[in-house]
Amino acid sequence: MQMPQPDPAIIQRKAEIVARLQRVLPHDAVIHEEHETRAYECDALTAYRCPPLAAVLPASTAEVAAVLKVCHEEGVPVVPRGSGTSLAGGALPTADCVILGVARLAEVIETNYPDRYIRVQTGRTNLSVTGAVEEDGWFYAPDPSSQLACAIAGNIGMNSGGAHCLKYGVTTNNLLGVTMVMMDGTVVEIGGAHLDAPGLDLLGVICGSEGQLGVVTEATLRILPKPEGARPVLMGFDSNEVAGECVSDIIKAGVLPVAIEFMDRPCIRATEAFAGAGYPDCEALLIVEVEGSPAEIDEQLGVIMQIARRHDPVELRESQSAEESARIWLGRKSAFGAMGQINDYMCLDGTIPVNELPHVLRRIGELSEQYGLEVANVFHAGDGNMHPLILFNANEEGQLEKCEAFGADILRLCVEVGGCLTGEHGVGIEKRDLMLDQFAPDDLEAQLRVKDVFDPRWLLNPAKVFPLAVTQNRRQAAG
Amino acid sequence: MLTPRDEAELSEAIAGASGALRITGGGTRPSGRTRGEVLSTGHLSGIRLYEPGALTIVAGAGTPVTEVEEALAAQNQRLPFEPIDHRRLLEQEGVPTIGGMVAVNASGPRRIQAGACRDSLIGVRFVDGAGTVIKNGGRVMKNVTGYDLVKLLAGSWGTLGVMSELSFKVLPGIAATATLRLGGLAAEGAVAAMSAALGSPYEVSGAAYLPDEGDVILRIEGFEASVAYRAERLSGLLERFGAARTLTDRAEEASRWRAVRDAAACAPSEGGAGDVWRISVRPSDGPQVAERLGSRMRLVDWGGGLIWAVVPEGQPLRRELAGIAGHATLLRAAPETHAALGMFHPEPEALAAVSRGLRARFDPRGILNPGLMDGASAAA
Repeated sequence: MQMPQPDPAIIQRKAEIVARLQRVLPHDAVIHEEHETRAYECDALTAYRCPPLAAVLPASTAEVAAVLKVCHEEGVPVVPRGSGTSLAGGALPTADCVILGVARLAEVIETNYPDRYIRVQTGRTNLSVTGAVEEDGWFYAPDPSSQLACAIAGNIGMNSGGAHCLKYGVTTNNLLGVTMVMMDGTVVEIGGAHLDAPGLDLLGVICGSEGQLGVVTEATLRILPKPEGARPVLMGFDSNEVAGECVSDIIKAGVLPVAIEFMDRPCIRATEAFAGAGYPDCEALLIVEVEGSPAEIDEQLGVIMQIARRHDPVELRESQSAEESARIWLGRKSAFGAMGQINDYMCLDGTIPVNELPHVLRRIGELSEQYGLEVANVFHAGDGNMHPLILFNANEEGQLEKCEAFGADILRLCVEVGGCLTGEHGVGIEKRDLMLDQFAPDDLEAQLRVKDVFDPRWLLNPAKVFPLAVTQNRRQAAG
Repeated sequence: MLTPRDEAELSEAIAGASGALRITGGGTRPSGRTRGEVLSTGHLSGIRLYEPGALTIVAGAGTPVTEVEEALAAQNQRLPFEPIDHRRLLEQEGVPTIGGMVAVNASGPRRIQAGACRDSLIGVRFVDGAGTVIKNGGRVMKNVTGYDLVKLLAGSWGTLGVMSELSFKVLPGIAATATLRLGGLAAEGAVAAMSAALGSPYEVSGAAYLPDEGDVILRIEGFEASVAYRAERLSGLLERFGAARTLTDRAEEASRWRAVRDAAACAPSEGGAGDVWRISVRPSDGPQVAERLGSRMRLVDWGGGLIWAVVPEGQPLRRELAGIAGHATLLRAAPETHAALGMFHPEPEALAAVSRGLRARFDPRGILNPGLMDGASAAA
């Protein structure tokens, strides 16, 4: 994966730049020694690493503004970083950049139940947002798998989803307002506790802009009262196609589960060996969860089970207790960990129209044979957001490249059937060079214009999202 | 009047325009536009793709809202956000189109539960002010590939580009509905009751207050047994606000929610003459707004967060609401009032500059609905 050449003039001025940053931040908030900056050399896409010029850990919006003002004046690129859990390389540094980490911005500012929102600093982790309100019977809906570690800042940057977005939507549907610092240090308030924008929906384009438009330091998030109850049902099928058809039929039948999760045989086997959740040995497995009052759960599951029976399931297990529900979810939740135990893997994130599931799974199987690399599929089937895990051996020469080529083929397949490259992980560097498979040059140009307005000098996370060749002139003109 | 029949003709029409264009779909939401040659998307009509199993529909921008709704209803599906029909309020004839609906981000009472129009919109094709065709998003409901221009276009009132094709995420139809009515409430009690209802797990999908009658109405939707159960629980929860009655007449129930959706209380036939303001605030600030508005307040929706008012012509209402976070849109007024007060709420200069910058990039000649949304700043 190519990254731009670092600017030697910036690297030469490192001492001055660090000194300026130290003047606006507490001493321990500026990390510049080589053995320390190494901690920021990558995110969860660990195949690519590069220590930054420096990393800063501001503890307030004012400190973030001060840092950005310095970097703006110095012409230093800034890469914002939440908790560093990006699978797409969204927080990958260049040697001439300052990493701006929001980890010290972790406070809850306000909890407001009558108006149904929470205001937090964005370094706070996703799970601890729910943690702040759950005793009172509330929750924050977006629930990415990394929710224990990932920060709200990163969730906003990537417009993160999770298992329950079929019903509750993704980050953008649950974000009401932000405090954001622009690259020149200007602090802006966008949105608030009200439900719509006074003019252009700037919040809508900021969410999911991968830290390229500004640094979000505070966020007002919609919270919801916890449903009375939830219950999953587990279904096993003897082919991926049948499972895919079952998903489509459930959706057509007029019920809206909060989650429909899919796992295929390689994934089922690995998680069984790892977590022992008691899954059946079959080709494809669905976990369908519904929420609501006891009556509502019974009624919805009744419809769902009836549909499942029409597809001759090899197993159909409705949870009878909280313990059983936990067991049903156990395997799914440990799927990524289980795969990591047996192999290196690359996790893709393409999304497809749900009705294309059987076709796409078949094609992935064929590609898998062609490349000689195994694939395990585990994903959010209800919304078509696939997570094929390609297994490879990082220590074997050429395997990473082969795996990346295979991944690119799968993503092109997703686009070909009417889907997209990434459903919830973001483009980062990982899918950057595939953008022209999904978008025409004019489509990308329209997006670049937005960055031109927010960050005219192209200093914020400049080497991400768009193919480097497409942004080259803009990045050079800015420097 | 320019009436392109397809996207290529739309692109030609805009590229070849020599002056201002007034963008229209079915012509039912003309607020604030006074000049330029009319460019209608009415012929960019028709459903292009509908996959009930994927909960997705794609249609031309000029497709009538009813055509989309009927196609969905035939498969027991629907648009989630209950779009407002502006015709009564703005005294217009014509057929509302999905392009117009998206351009104003039209969202009804169900906004509080199912999100706004912009939340269901998953893809857009549009032509910018230079005539370039641009697509963003697509037809899948989870998509973070590149910037989300879909949201930016929704509610942009045609000022960034003219939409040609739109994709929506849809939802299963509603099996049963119940509406509870609480009477005799002033604004403060009404908002407290609505907050209590919306803070319950009973999935309230509509919460409105009709100040003239002192009524709060609360809506629950879903499977029959579940609706009955939740309505009963909710009544119990709200006992301290008075006895809740369930509306039994289905036709009356539907017409009440339609009236809330369309802000019928502000229509000339009911609210009288004057300017119509749409005020968006934090629900708990609703009572304070109510106090300042007095009898000018006609309707409260979104659990207190959306307030409709009819005021004597030319009154600079925003001044009276100073100090309350949120914004006020002047939706219906004479051209000179719109010119004097501005239709959209002024924004702080840093944000107004961003909006102006975006508009200048997407419409460099400033020909798309000029003057409508010029990003006036609060300082100006």
